[in-house]
Amino acid sequence: MAKQLMRGSHVIGEAATRAGCRFYAGYPITPQNEIPEYMSERFADLEDATFIQAESELAAINMVMGASMTGVRAMTSSSSPGISLKLEGISYIAGMELPAVIVNIMRGGPGLGNIAPSQQDYFQATRGGGHGGYRTIVLAPHSGQELVTLTMKAFDLADSYRTPVILLGDGLMGQMMEPVSFPDPIDPSKLPKKDWVLNGTKGRDTRLIASLHLDPVEMEQFNWKLARKYAAISEREAQHESYLLDGARFAVVAFGTAARIAKGAVNRAREAGLEVGLFRPVTLWPFPEKELRALTRTVKHILVFEMNLGQMLEDVKISVGEQASVHFHGRPGGVISTPHEVENVIKKLMYKYELDK
Amino acid sequence: MAKQIFKRPEALKDAIFHYCPGCGHSIIHRLTAEVIDELGIRERTVGVPPAGCAVLAYNYFDVDMGEAPHGRALAVATGIKRARPDLIVFTYQGDGDIAAIGTAETIHAANRGERLTAIFVNNGVYGMTGGQMAPTTLIGQTTTTTQRGRAPLRDGYPLDLSQMLGVAAGSVYVARTSVTSPKSILKTKKAIKKAFQVQMNDLGFALVEILSQCPTNWKLSSVDSCKRIEEEVVKSYPLGVIKDTTGKGH
Repeated sequence: MAKQLMRGSHVIGEAATRAGCRFYAGYPITPQNEIPEYMSERFADLEDATFIQAESELAAINMVMGASMTGVRAMTSSSSPGISLKLEGISYIAGMELPAVIVNIMRGGPGLGNIAPSQQDYFQATRGGGHGGYRTIVLAPHSGQELVTLTMKAFDLADSYRTPVILLGDGLMGQMMEPVSFPDPIDPSKLPKKDWVLNGTKGRDTRLIASLHLDPVEMEQFNWKLARKYAAISEREAQHESYLLDGARFAVVAFGTAARIAKGAVNRAREAGLEVGLFRPVTLWPFPEKELRALTRTVKHILVFEMNLGQMLEDVKISVGEQASVHFHGRPGGVISTPHEVENVIKKLMYKYELDK
Repeated sequence: MAKQIFKRPEALKDAIFHYCPGCGHSIIHRLTAEVIDELGIRERTVGVPPAGCAVLAYNYFDVDMGEAPHGRALAVATGIKRARPDLIVFTYQGDGDIAAIGTAETIHAANRGERLTAIFVNNGVYGMTGGQMAPTTLIGQTTTTTQRGRAPLRDGYPLDLSQMLGVAAGSVYVARTSVTSPKSILKTKKAIKKAFQVQMNDLGFALVEILSQCPTNWKLSSVDSCKRIEEEVVKSYPLGVIKDTTGKGH
């Protein structure tokens, strides 16, 4: 298919539709309003698809919960304050082991904050966010084309593991227009059949989808089951990109929009003759811990760059332990760093550790 | 062989209710199950229980059941019904669930005219958590959080949710009944049946509010609890059909 120039939010909507998503419920919040707008119009021509503008973020996530109980691929989207509201539902969805895709186009915070791009919800997204110790798979796209692949992948992962998946972008990812191409759409009726859905008891025993486990032993067994599932996800699904890391003596670690900026900074530093590359986690949970640790065999100095004041930084430190010195540069949301700014931080550190020689 | 004149409805599992003696839930469960049987919809019905005393309703109804977070039953039910319009979807909710923490979900489901049937059990207290004030608690009524009686300017007034839902353009059938006597029980069954038929005929939103007795938290005997509803509660929540536009070309 030919490339077309599209806004990130529209790319997410189109990719979701092509992944077989046939249920969307959402509530307006900037900077992601173009997602519900796109879904409302895109679904209008699909007989088997439902779009609902919900009365609240709570209602939207709970509608997605109900739709998912019937087996349909379902999605909602929001931005930071709206995601906080959805966390109740996300916890239940995790506890009910339902698939669902939740898009968070992050903005500045805390509170109402502002509508500028930010990565301040890293902790919220990667630590479950809501109550009860659950996890969500978190995917962090850094380009229009990756919005296509990761949005579609989110639905496959959600179905495979029966778990909520967060697509974590920010205002820049949502608003930026880039050329993208799409794979052929998936026919939802051809997707693997789900043997757990609520569709009436005809010819079988009744089914129950619930997160309640009053019996203490049953509760514990269920949490062990979730733990095994999360261990399997951690083992299999960590994904990252290595950018110009061959022969690098210094590495930047960044995700999403920050990684996009970091690529510019790395390119400029390379032009200046510095041996620097970028390690970009594509999945934030599971975090590509082993892969990052492996990098420390050759790279002993790392700069973590985020659009927050150091959240992924903790995962990087956990991953590398004492094997590398870890530095940080970040801005807390509201203002976007330039590649030049990050390049200067890289240079200062590389000069300090005499990695330019 | 003797003719069988009374049996457990197919839509009820062979399980012993956990509800307190004299509680209205057991009666309302049975009536709902009888209606599901009579309408022949058991194999395509999905129920959504609340948080509260009826959270374990899925142990009793022999239909597919999907849990909802406290108050969100009608949003979850909306998702189920919109994704699978061929299913018959009902919610079973208490007053705290439907008229306090879930007020927004309730009003908007009604306003969208969702093809859903809501069974709203109003006993005027939070039963499961130990008898705190509910949105429906009467003025002056003592509860564990209004130990000197509900004072409106401190605690708010009793909320008549069904009247509010009657105003919503998308609601088709809204009725208030009770289960204090054989006669009122039969009326309740009729109302529940109609509320399911509204959905089966794709007309819009239907809700039956049932004034129900909670002897445990009211600290009254079963008989006195029924008497309290008939003599006192109905003054704030009059019985009858609040809205019925089924005959008006919906």
